[in-house]
Amino acid sequence: MDLTSASINFSIIYPEISLLIAAALILVSVFHKSANRIAPYIALIGIVVSIAMIFKQWGHQESGFFGMITCDSFGVTFKLIFDVTALLSLLIAHRYMISKGINRPEFYALLLISTMGMMVMANTTDLIVIFLGLEIMSVPLYVMAGFAKRSLWSSEAGIKYFIMGAFASSFLLMGIAFIYGASSTTDLRRIVADFHFIMSNSPAYMLTGMALILVGFGFKIGAVPFHSWVPDVYEGAPTPVTAFFSVGPKAAGIAALLRIFIFGFANVMMLSTVFWVLAVLTMSVGNILALKQNNIKRLLAYSSIAHAGYILVALTVGGNDAISAAIFYLVAYIMFNLGAFAVVTLMETRSGCKSDFSELVGLAKVHPYLAAVLTLFMFALAGFPPTAGFFGKFYIFSAAIKSGYIWLAVIGMLNSFLSVYYYLRVVKTSYFDSSDKSFIPVKYSLSIIIVLVITVIGTLGIGLFPQQFLNWSQSALFAFL
Amino acid sequence: MNLDAVIFIISAIVAVLGASMMIFQRNPVMAVLSFMVSLLAQAVLYIQLDALFLGAVLIIVYAGAVLVLFLFVIMLLNLRTTKELGPSSSLMRHLGKYFLSFLLIMEFVFIIKSSFFKGASLVGVMNMKPEGFGTVTSVATLLFTKYLYPFELTSILILVAIVGAVVMARKDKNIDRPTENKLGKN
Amino acid sequence: MLEIVIASSIKVIIVVIAVLTGCAYATYMERKLVAHFQHRIGPLYAGPYGLLQPMADAVKLIFKEDIVPDKVERYTYALAPVISFIPAMLIFAVIPFGKDTSVFGYGIKMVLSDLNIAVLFIFAITSLGIYGIILGGWSSGSKYSLMGGLRSSAQMISYEVSYGLSIIGVILIANTLSLRELVNQQASDSIWFFSHWYVWRQPLGFLLYLTCAIAETNRAPFDLPEAESELVGGYHTEYSSMRFSMFFIGEYANMLAVSAVGATLFFGGWQGPFVNTIPLLGIVWFVLKVFLFMFFYIWLRATFPRFRYDQLMNFGWKILLPLALFNTMLTSLLVALKVI
Repeated sequence: MDLTSASINFSIIYPEISLLIAAALILVSVFHKSANRIAPYIALIGIVVSIAMIFKQWGHQESGFFGMITCDSFGVTFKLIFDVTALLSLLIAHRYMISKGINRPEFYALLLISTMGMMVMANTTDLIVIFLGLEIMSVPLYVMAGFAKRSLWSSEAGIKYFIMGAFASSFLLMGIAFIYGASSTTDLRRIVADFHFIMSNSPAYMLTGMALILVGFGFKIGAVPFHSWVPDVYEGAPTPVTAFFSVGPKAAGIAALLRIFIFGFANVMMLSTVFWVLAVLTMSVGNILALKQNNIKRLLAYSSIAHAGYILVALTVGGNDAISAAIFYLVAYIMFNLGAFAVVTLMETRSGCKSDFSELVGLAKVHPYLAAVLTLFMFALAGFPPTAGFFGKFYIFSAAIKSGYIWLAVIGMLNSFLSVYYYLRVVKTSYFDSSDKSFIPVKYSLSIIIVLVITVIGTLGIGLFPQQFLNWSQSALFAFL
Repeated sequence: MNLDAVIFIISAIVAVLGASMMIFQRNPVMAVLSFMVSLLAQAVLYIQLDALFLGAVLIIVYAGAVLVLFLFVIMLLNLRTTKELGPSSSLMRHLGKYFLSFLLIMEFVFIIKSSFFKGASLVGVMNMKPEGFGTVTSVATLLFTKYLYPFELTSILILVAIVGAVVMARKDKNIDRPTENKLGKN
Repeated sequence: MLEIVIASSIKVIIVVIAVLTGCAYATYMERKLVAHFQHRIGPLYAGPYGLLQPMADAVKLIFKEDIVPDKVERYTYALAPVISFIPAMLIFAVIPFGKDTSVFGYGIKMVLSDLNIAVLFIFAITSLGIYGIILGGWSSGSKYSLMGGLRSSAQMISYEVSYGLSIIGVILIANTLSLRELVNQQASDSIWFFSHWYVWRQPLGFLLYLTCAIAETNRAPFDLPEAESELVGGYHTEYSSMRFSMFFIGEYANMLAVSAVGATLFFGGWQGPFVNTIPLLGIVWFVLKVFLFMFFYIWLRATFPRFRYDQLMNFGWKILLPLALFNTMLTSLLVALKVI
């Protein structure tokens, strides 16, 4: 073992460290009287510093901490994705937390640490570190889901997510143990190097391990048939937390899945079949169940399941085209999904709102701009051109067709058509429905406006310049593994 | 058969029996105790593998802390009889679960009997045990060099778990307690 | 092979008998001492100076009727006294009580098992002792027992942390977990035979150990689990006869065990003047040190009133734990700077 130089390389975890320091500061500031007010700003500074650090790492390919961290383009790209997610969620959360009377400094610390866990997860080739990252990501999420303690729904969401998450983690851990048993290492690079030898020696251990790992991550990204927790948790959790849920852990799970299954165990024949079934089930079940929902948060929950399905299509196909399409889709999805959630959050800051469809009625008359923005996001979620959603789906399905997965692409497209119905129902309700109850106006806040502006620009920008953006996501493909 | 083998077989049987008892017991306290027995047997297995430190830590952490907390919670909830766990399942459910377990066992038998399970590639590992294997020093050296990063991450994980527990457990003065009739949903 | 088994068995039997006798006479010592602290005389009639009193007590307890209340959980109720008793005995398996010697040319180690992680073993076993109490309290089906069990388990969990941390200082300096090695390091041939004892280099650690050990064994002034005025008898309210005496012996064995560990870690174990010339003198020194600890225990019991429960918890978490952490950090710093 090389104990001397190059073994520890602190500079590659600066983004994580800056988040951690901000979180620590917030936790210390809890004892100060005005902690509630300063905590979001500390968090904001932490994230911004972290993003700056990420830009300094851009293009470097480094490894550190005795090979426990691999900081490659892939990992750095995902770091940026997580940071942006955290930033937008923070901005969405601030006003909401105040209006619900649950604006506590710990919330922001938990948000930061959770984001750090995602970064850890995406920047390693070691299964132990992936697991630890997953846990550091999940434990704050359990608490955040149940953060509104006075709401029983939130508590229910917290407990449900906790139990399901712990369950999923145990699957993952068992899978890692099996793979360790077969290969006597947890480093994916070494496993891949000896893959054929290990596979021929103890296929049962390897396959069992892979299956368990897949189940574990399936839970985390909410793939069918491991999705049952998604709607209740999404509905019960405070809305900004739901916004964070619907993209952050999902992106982290996808990153780990890509790292393990696409870069790592790419040679296993059965794997693409498994992913095929997962993708089809996830897309179809998500979309079909979304049709009947009367609550926007539940609708977005099912829609997020469906979107995980589209990304799983890319994972099924594999290959550079599909993976860069997946990353493209993920970023686009973050933009319009967080935008949609920002609108929902804004609606919910009015007292007594539960995000039912009926509360949307009259939105267009009172807030024409907000209605227009919501419509844009719904179009993007449904996949209309010229929004980012269209090109995301376009690249994924064209990659599928190129690689010969015709049926998969057809099923995916049918699903897209299906989804148009329920997305447009939101638009229809806000524009054309009428009711005797008058629409209670919402109060904008600066942070929400910033989020809306960023997400609108993102949604339209990616949609208008898809080629440039695709090039960017292709640059993320350079991974150590 | 030497002494080592005898000890191994006994503790392995006890470990598996304890674990199964843990699952089959309907009395929560007995389940915890079975788990403890299983853990003690597992610690013996660790010690047989020369991993003295791990064996001791297993007992300290699990038997000494985690399971005591389990017992603590059970006592606080006063889960005295088995009635609180609900009635036992219906006949159909019994049949269903036995059928599924039977299938699973058959599957395992099939896998073990087929050549699918060739011995793992590590049979030789125990023979080339490195110097000072399993001692506190070697574990510590590994923890602070090769596994430094995961080790530190674990501390963050524990920290965040503590913060989470405190956030969840803290009483909020200005919060109106939810009453029973708010429980109804949709 | 056979030789080892026979020799070990003999040693085990001797140690068990010695510990049990020690427990019995610890009770005698306690009664006698407390009596004198309170200007009484204590047991007097059974044998000279009442020396046979423990035997009389034992006979009484054995022949008492064993009452099992109606609402107990049978298995755990029967199991609890045994669980509280056995870990205390197990600790003596790793404690060296004398200088290695030879009898009839056959070398004898004066320790049952010379484990190189003895300190960890002690931790592990100590942490198991709590089960007896918690199960005894739970299975009795009585409120007093339950409250006693809850209190004592919360107390033991709280103080176990500081208990562990208080020992770490010694381990850091000694750089070993083997008790035999620890004892050897504290040897000194000069007239200042106590100069190498770890208590001088770990004064704070020793005080912490002393405090936590009292709390761990549920002794006064931390004997809340059996606060008579509030909880009748605490976790063993519903026990009688032999089962009760098992708890009783367990408590005293525990006291002896923590005393023995404390003597070994901080006061040089069996080391003392002339141990190299007279081989069995080590045992005498060791027993002397253990009983000094015991004397201290009893002294405390006779002197201090009981803590209130919240005071106990506050003391454990807010004073002892930070102090123990401070001691650990200070010691590691000093060790790193090679000061001690």
